[in-house]
Amino acid sequence: MSNLLTVSPSPHVHASDTVQKIMYRVIIALIPALIWSVVVFGWDALRVTLIAVIASVGFEYLAQKYIMKVRPSVTDGSALITGLLLAFNVPANLPWWIIILGALAAVGIGKLSFGGLGTNIFNPALVGRVFLLISFPVQMTSYPVPRMSDVDAVTAATPLGLLKEGLMNGQPVSELLGQLPTATDLLIGNMGGSLGEISALMLIIGGLYMLLRKVITWHTPVAVLGSMFVMAGAFWLVNPEMYMEPAYHLLTGGAMLGAIFMATDMVTSPMTGKGQIIYGVGIGVITMSIRLFGAYPEGISFAILIMNAFTPLINNTVKPKRFGGKK
Amino acid sequence: MLKTFKKGGIHPPENKLSAGNPIQEMELPKVVYIPVSQHIGAPSTPLVKKGDKVKAGQLISKSSGFVSANIHSSVSGTVAKVDTIPDSFGYPKQGIVINVEGDEWEETIDRSPDLVRECSLTGPEIVQKIQDAGIVGMGGATFPTHVKLVPPRGMKAEMLLINGSECEPYLTSDHRLMLEKTEEVLVGTTLLMRAMGVEKALIGIENNKPDAISLMKEKARGYKGIEVVPLKGKYPQGGEKQLINAATGREVPSGALPISVGCVVSNVGSAFAVYEAVQKNKPLFERVVTVTGKSLEKPCNLKARIGTQVAELVAFAGGLPEDTGKVISGGPMMGKAVASLEVPVTKGTSGVLIMPEKEAGRGEHLVCIRCSRCVSVCPMGLEPYLLMTLAEKKIFDRLETERVMDCIECGSCSYTCPSNRPLLDYIRFGKANVGAIIRARKN
Repeated sequence: MSNLLTVSPSPHVHASDTVQKIMYRVIIALIPALIWSVVVFGWDALRVTLIAVIASVGFEYLAQKYIMKVRPSVTDGSALITGLLLAFNVPANLPWWIIILGALAAVGIGKLSFGGLGTNIFNPALVGRVFLLISFPVQMTSYPVPRMSDVDAVTAATPLGLLKEGLMNGQPVSELLGQLPTATDLLIGNMGGSLGEISALMLIIGGLYMLLRKVITWHTPVAVLGSMFVMAGAFWLVNPEMYMEPAYHLLTGGAMLGAIFMATDMVTSPMTGKGQIIYGVGIGVITMSIRLFGAYPEGISFAILIMNAFTPLINNTVKPKRFGGKK
Repeated sequence: MLKTFKKGGIHPPENKLSAGNPIQEMELPKVVYIPVSQHIGAPSTPLVKKGDKVKAGQLISKSSGFVSANIHSSVSGTVAKVDTIPDSFGYPKQGIVINVEGDEWEETIDRSPDLVRECSLTGPEIVQKIQDAGIVGMGGATFPTHVKLVPPRGMKAEMLLINGSECEPYLTSDHRLMLEKTEEVLVGTTLLMRAMGVEKALIGIENNKPDAISLMKEKARGYKGIEVVPLKGKYPQGGEKQLINAATGREVPSGALPISVGCVVSNVGSAFAVYEAVQKNKPLFERVVTVTGKSLEKPCNLKARIGTQVAELVAFAGGLPEDTGKVISGGPMMGKAVASLEVPVTKGTSGVLIMPEKEAGRGEHLVCIRCSRCVSVCPMGLEPYLLMTLAEKKIFDRLETERVMDCIECGSCSYTCPSNRPLLDYIRFGKANVGAIIRARKN
């Protein structure tokens, strides 16, 4: 027969969305924060980002081609995002070889050892970051001074680091306030910190874009930030001299980056809105517990990785509301 | 705020290319191919043999049980053979082939176009006429209508719902019927109400058909108990359970029939067929078919005799376009791709959709990235990604507890998946297996 017809089961039409389009939307959402970090940390920020991206994409390609012997899937954009997010989670003055090791841990251990995109349990970029934080604690916590700052130093502590150190030394919050960034600086991101985490404003812009383009839903970010706010607020109300006010906690450290970009990773977060709220609250509570009582000034990376491990359990327990009620 | 069903749903491009084209009478074919099974249930039993002379409207194949339907000749002529004819997938199925000679109808049929509103028949008499006329659900499900009208013991119908949502993209046959046969559809609705013994009927129409909504609303004023409910456009609003949920807010329990919440759903096309059967004595032997497609020269709505080959409808609409890759019987979401154009129009053929080559295939599918879109669009509140994995791994007991049998096969999951995964294909496989297990358990 010359004119064979295609026969396949329904549906015969498909929405125009693809994995690639979703990934590129995430990348677009990351751009404002990246631009801001170049403004604050100079071309070094771009250097770190480029190395992380090239290393992540490169490792994925090589590993898939020569070790896993499958067709490389680097064009889906997910390795690019892993690289970008890894860069966002490290200081802008990190030596190149440490970045490359981080990318190897992120893509190799975090992603490909589980089978690649879609099958990894933990957020790959965070696996890379935590690997580096434990292996190179000094380099990973020496943050460059923002260019607008009038401080005459090479490295600066993060606002959370300053707070932790002060409180550990027994200083009350009111005494520390003078050393900490102002509210405006916190909001626009004129402070020390990891490359992409400093500007709450830019990250929120990116988050709104992702919400609008239906890449993420509100559940996870709201649950993470909301629970952090409530927990920090409760302690602050009890003793404002020992505990910092809740808004400070939301605008510092990796709170925004974590809540908007890291915790919302589709692969490693729960499938239902209800599940995402449980997951998000878990992240918020663990983060605040580490910040308030732990040895590290910041703990959102650990919190997200811990809750990533609970995701399969949440998916198995929290089911969408079925049409037609219980049976 | 317009009503719609609560859970899930998608908005595929509507592409209602033929919405503005009035229903045209299709010229008579030379030969018709009438399958003896055009409905859900037992195939009917042929009453004619080769060489018999038949008239349009004559019973040629008799219902063989309660869940079955009569089949009537759609033309006048001579039976050429009673043999196997290929169905839409190319499988041989029993059918009756008739050579057309003239256009002689049964004398009892009223061929005048005048509207007949009055009816003195009782409910059971109307049900009998509907059964005799071989009317089935004309939205595509083809469930014999008379079966629905008689509630199972202990259940009582409260209201009738008429599905005028036509949520499938491209299809416009119900839309045109509501515009051109408004009163007939309303009389049909009244007859169905009387057959069921209910005082209330809701006609759900999506807001992408404002002309149909206003016209039906205006004319419905003259009919007692009929209310037109405009609905917010969303697929799959035409699904029985979704329509009930949208129009009344009720939820049909899992595994139960609409009657369990006091509703019976019928379709605009069926209501029109009921009008013709009861008021005009005309059995179901022709229907309106939307013939459409982006490359088709003249997308149209054709009134065609049952048994007319799809090829003739396509020829009438300007011929098969050069770039044709797929021909679908029905709409793009739930229709069936046919293997050839040499298949007949049946009672359930709501449309013929010609898809160009570039839209005919499926893209390559990738891994699941757990974006959870399938979960959020599922109108039944299921987890398609999980059902697919369970079906793939043949874990049928878990599939059953995850309520795979609730799936209405609307295809919203496969439509929306950014990884292009064949979710519904696997879910169907799972349903078939779980269904067999459940049946075996009952026996």
